[in-house]
Amino acid sequence: MNFVYRIVGVLPLISRIVAAIVGGYGLATLASVAALALPIAKPQAVLTGQLASFAVCAGAVIWVYAVRRARTAWLGLVLIAAVLAPLAWVAS
Amino acid sequence: MRHVEGGIRQRMAGLHTWTGLLLGWVLYAMFLTGTVSYFKDELSQWMRPELPALTQRLDEATTAQRVADELGRLVPDASMWSIKLPDAHSNSVYAFWRSTDRQAPRGGFGEGIFDPQTGSRFAARGTLGGDFFYRFHFQFYYMSPLWGRWLAGIAAMFMLIAIIAGVITHKKIFTDFFTFRWGKGQRSWLDAHNALSVFGLPFHLMITYTGLVTLMALYMPWGEHTALKTAAERQQLAVELSPFGALPSKRSGQTAPLGSIADMVRQAEARWGEGMVGRVNAALPGDAGARVVVTRGDAGRVSMSPSYLEFDGTNGRLLAVHDHVGAAAETRGVLYALHLGRFGDIETRWLYFLVSFMGTAMVGTGLVMWTVKRRQKLADTERPHFGFRVVERLNIASIAGLSVAMTSFLWANRLLPHPMQSRAEWEIHVFFIVWGLTLLYALLRPARAAWVELLAAAAVLLALLPVLNALTTSRPLWHSVAVGDWVFAGVDLMCWALAALHGVLAFRTARRGRVTPAGKPRDFVAIASAERAR
Repeated sequence: MNFVYRIVGVLPLISRIVAAIVGGYGLATLASVAALALPIAKPQAVLTGQLASFAVCAGAVIWVYAVRRARTAWLGLVLIAAVLAPLAWVAS
Repeated sequence: MRHVEGGIRQRMAGLHTWTGLLLGWVLYAMFLTGTVSYFKDELSQWMRPELPALTQRLDEATTAQRVADELGRLVPDASMWSIKLPDAHSNSVYAFWRSTDRQAPRGGFGEGIFDPQTGSRFAARGTLGGDFFYRFHFQFYYMSPLWGRWLAGIAAMFMLIAIIAGVITHKKIFTDFFTFRWGKGQRSWLDAHNALSVFGLPFHLMITYTGLVTLMALYMPWGEHTALKTAAERQQLAVELSPFGALPSKRSGQTAPLGSIADMVRQAEARWGEGMVGRVNAALPGDAGARVVVTRGDAGRVSMSPSYLEFDGTNGRLLAVHDHVGAAAETRGVLYALHLGRFGDIETRWLYFLVSFMGTAMVGTGLVMWTVKRRQKLADTERPHFGFRVVERLNIASIAGLSVAMTSFLWANRLLPHPMQSRAEWEIHVFFIVWGLTLLYALLRPARAAWVELLAAAAVLLALLPVLNALTTSRPLWHSVAVGDWVFAGVDLMCWALAALHGVLAFRTARRGRVTPAGKPRDFVAIASAERAR
């Protein structure tokens, strides 16, 4: 029983770590592809996306740890992804 | 998921601690070897004492022609070659080439260093010189460069997050900057860590982000994969990033000798100023379709964006001037140049070195603080738990041990026989063998003794290095000073400065070892009350 409690106890922490890794790199990837929707030459759009991606990644991780609940963290990530995904879809 | 671990500052403090710790040892090594790399060319000169100091600036056009002629004899079937001319930091010409025979060892690639005064190939001792630290800084060793670069990128991202989280954690960032409490255990470490971090904060942020930018095509290839499908499209991107992006690779089949390289370099100098040429690249030399590209050097402009003149290789006719790229490409070029710090004069280089050194110390003090902070709370300080012991021992090996290993690399440079098979590799093996031995030492000795003894070992090795140099080369310190050879004198004197630093650290660590037992209860009370005050 004690063992189960311990597992349940660390779940939010694991959830946050997964959110940071998947959310960080995932949103960075989405943002770098969404940048292709910018009305500039393709090579410049590619570079803009790459340049900005690290700020997006760091921002996502900070967000994940800034909020009180792991659930809020995921919700925020999904929301941003929902904004970026159509842009990335259109651009590709 | 009801676990609420305090407020945002505490969560950020946790994030700062763990991102800082997990790859902290990798980051420390990246920071220190990166710091040293600001003088990598000077270090390379010191590590090849056979090559004479370059006392006067040479005519770049003549130098380029000499080496191009030599390459024509050395690699008559080259499909390309690239010559890097000496600048204010180097005394030799570096060239690499690729022969047409792709089945040859190393895919036909070759490299060498050449005498700028005669054009002939230097027969220096086998060494990677300062370039070892430079390459280790972003791709490590004994692993594929690809894996190494990914590891460096993940470490840099951890660093970026640790910096941001650290700033958010910090309530009174500016008042704390002016606070320093000497000899107060954890508080002193915290104050030192804060002062080092806050003073250099813009630099640390810049260097971390720009470090990611240097390899961003590797870390974030998805936009490129999505947008650029054809070879022609990829070529459009390549020319925005590098002067190598524009070179042809298909032979016409007709042979024709290269035109005057010196004339092409002079045309470039007329445009950018004397001594401002960086490289001369040739594609398909000896073919009628040969192209020569003369690129602008790193000095005098804060950008690594390609800036070059493209010539018809056979007659030296100027075909194109590439001196600007798109806005995003230029942003990347500027960020890249900010990371390398090669744009400025020698004072700028020293400033980079010093602030970067503070960054190294920031990572180092942060790592040490992890143990200092937790030692107070240990149930039994004589038998700390496993995690504590791992961090403590890794700290010793990666901070004090790295100094010993890096210095041993320089000792190996002077002591290994030459000529010797795989000499350059053996210098590097010595570095890693010594580093491994320091870890073993750190595991076997009591922690404080290991700190003191390894720091003292580094101090002694550093202090004796100029002596070793005097014994094994014809360029001892007094000679270097007398003839004004500030590259050699600089390395020797820097060894003594660093020896003094390591000596002071060893001495202070040893002295604190004696006062700690008596001072401990008081420290504990101070920290406990400080914790409550938060």
